[in-house]
Amino acid sequence: MTLVRTLLLRLMTTAVTLFGVAVIVFFVIRVVPGNPVAMMLPPGATAEDVARLTALYGLDKSIPQQFVIWGAGVLHGDFGTSITLRQPVLALVLGRLPATLELSVLALVMAVLMGGAAALTGTRLRETRVEGGIDVANGMALSVPDFLWGLVLILVFGVLLPVFQISGRVTPSLHLPFVTNFYLVESLVRLRFDLTRDLLAHMFLPAFALAIPLAAIIGQLLKQSLKETMHLDYVTLARTQGYSEARVIWREALPNAILPTLTLVGVQFTFLIGGTVIIERLFSYEGLGNMAIDAVINRDLPLIQGIVILFAVIFTGVNLVVDLTYAALNPRLRHG
Amino acid sequence: MSFLEVRDLSVRLKGGGPLLRNVSLTVAAGEVRGLVGESGAGKSMIGKAILGILPRSVEISSGAIVLDGTDLLTLPPAMRRQRVGATCALIPQDPLTALNPSRRIGPQITDRLVDILGWKRAEAEARARALLHEVQIADPDRVLRQYPHELSGGMRQRILIASAFAAEPRLIVADEPTTALDVTVQKQILKLIAGLQARHGTALLFVTHDLGVVSKVCQSLSVLYSGKVVEDTDVARFFAGPAHPYSAALLAATPKYTDPTAGLNPVPEAVIAAVRAEVENG
Repeated sequence: MTLVRTLLLRLMTTAVTLFGVAVIVFFVIRVVPGNPVAMMLPPGATAEDVARLTALYGLDKSIPQQFVIWGAGVLHGDFGTSITLRQPVLALVLGRLPATLELSVLALVMAVLMGGAAALTGTRLRETRVEGGIDVANGMALSVPDFLWGLVLILVFGVLLPVFQISGRVTPSLHLPFVTNFYLVESLVRLRFDLTRDLLAHMFLPAFALAIPLAAIIGQLLKQSLKETMHLDYVTLARTQGYSEARVIWREALPNAILPTLTLVGVQFTFLIGGTVIIERLFSYEGLGNMAIDAVINRDLPLIQGIVILFAVIFTGVNLVVDLTYAALNPRLRHG
Repeated sequence: MSFLEVRDLSVRLKGGGPLLRNVSLTVAAGEVRGLVGESGAGKSMIGKAILGILPRSVEISSGAIVLDGTDLLTLPPAMRRQRVGATCALIPQDPLTALNPSRRIGPQITDRLVDILGWKRAEAEARARALLHEVQIADPDRVLRQYPHELSGGMRQRILIASAFAAEPRLIVADEPTTALDVTVQKQILKLIAGLQARHGTALLFVTHDLGVVSKVCQSLSVLYSGKVVEDTDVARFFAGPAHPYSAALLAATPKYTDPTAGLNPVPEAVIAAVRAEVENG
């Protein structure tokens, strides 16, 4: 009952958020310099040509009028047509979404595994040199942004030690039997592990670059909470019962210490998705982010709007999932 | 022979001063020994040393902790942990923080029986129910499914007591088990511990600063001052007339609620100076 109410409330606030995002994006990209029509026509086009094309895309009307027309379309599921690609925006954006989702989730999994391992090891071996080493590694990982990690990885693994692919999503010469754009998931479902391998070889470096800063944040915060939890009475009590240090950390401390980290991971995951825009460009990965940069360069207004709205939907979705997980893990919230 | 024998145990801060100085005490099977002293005298430290849960900042510098004929301090850590887990238990001071907030009560009692002592899950659950019944919890089945935050402090301490007795340990360290509780609840809990101890014949090391509690549940007691045992005696003799001047002063300082006009008698400065000199030079 409370869950249904919470969900309804969240859906309403989400709707308001999305409306706000739509308004801001719509107006901002029309106010900044740069005209899509001018980008499309060859130099020396007549004023008449410009006017015709402007009218064709509805850009001759006032901005509020354009917004109403576009908004009415959106409510019917029509996000307009891309100016440069001449295809419906919704289909384009949804076509690219799986690539970005797979990359982000892979990066998240890597970050959780790396950060979790660092935190657990650091807690188990606290106040030793190993913990010191983990702290130094965390500090280094945090002080370099993801796109610089991307460049470093390209240099190291693409040039010096070429074991991973540094460009694209999949080797272009491969024949892909896929019906959806979730290549990685589908390759697993179809048991085509040769393709899984090729996809992972392509995705590993961009995902790793995205994961490094998040892994460091997870490692640092989780280790901090774990160490604080290790002083609590119920942990001490478990020790007197004969449990080993490792089991005490895993069973008693972790479920409680993980809660603050979980909230942070939710917030940071949205940053990670934001980071895909640059990282996808860097690794020529055919996802939403790469498409977003092209759309901005070409002043493809409907496409930019569609992509930004989709990113906003993803962000609010991630936050909702985090809140629900938090409630599931914390019994005090569940009954409250 | 005593079940527990602590011999000349010294504990100090790593790179710092002593916290326990050559402490010796014994607890026979089924005996209830009180361990009294002011805050900071080191009484909890002894219990922690026995159970192997000393803070990382302190270390044992010398001595022996002989449990059932084996010196725990000579055992490798894993074996020591297992032996303590199988034969000893702790009733902690603060019931509000001693239960894991994210786990149900049931597993918190039964898990160690299954994981450490190799019981069957069903046996352990039956045992938990029986013990909750024994600590006078009316609806054990419901409580086993609840989370700690749904229960009062008194209830939680009952659960912790039940849990301590669950594996039929030979020795229980009760670390000021009533200090964090309401005065009205204190009495019930004390009665409960004494009752269970008598029925199960468990040896009990009862850490407290309350001589009134000692007179009710203990047979023998050790008086601690600044990390040193200044008197080791049985309860009847102690209350008849303590041998050590510090013990005498401590006893005189216990408020007597029978005479409302009597003031408080703090331990005189001269006695403190004398005992301090004795502890630090001895």
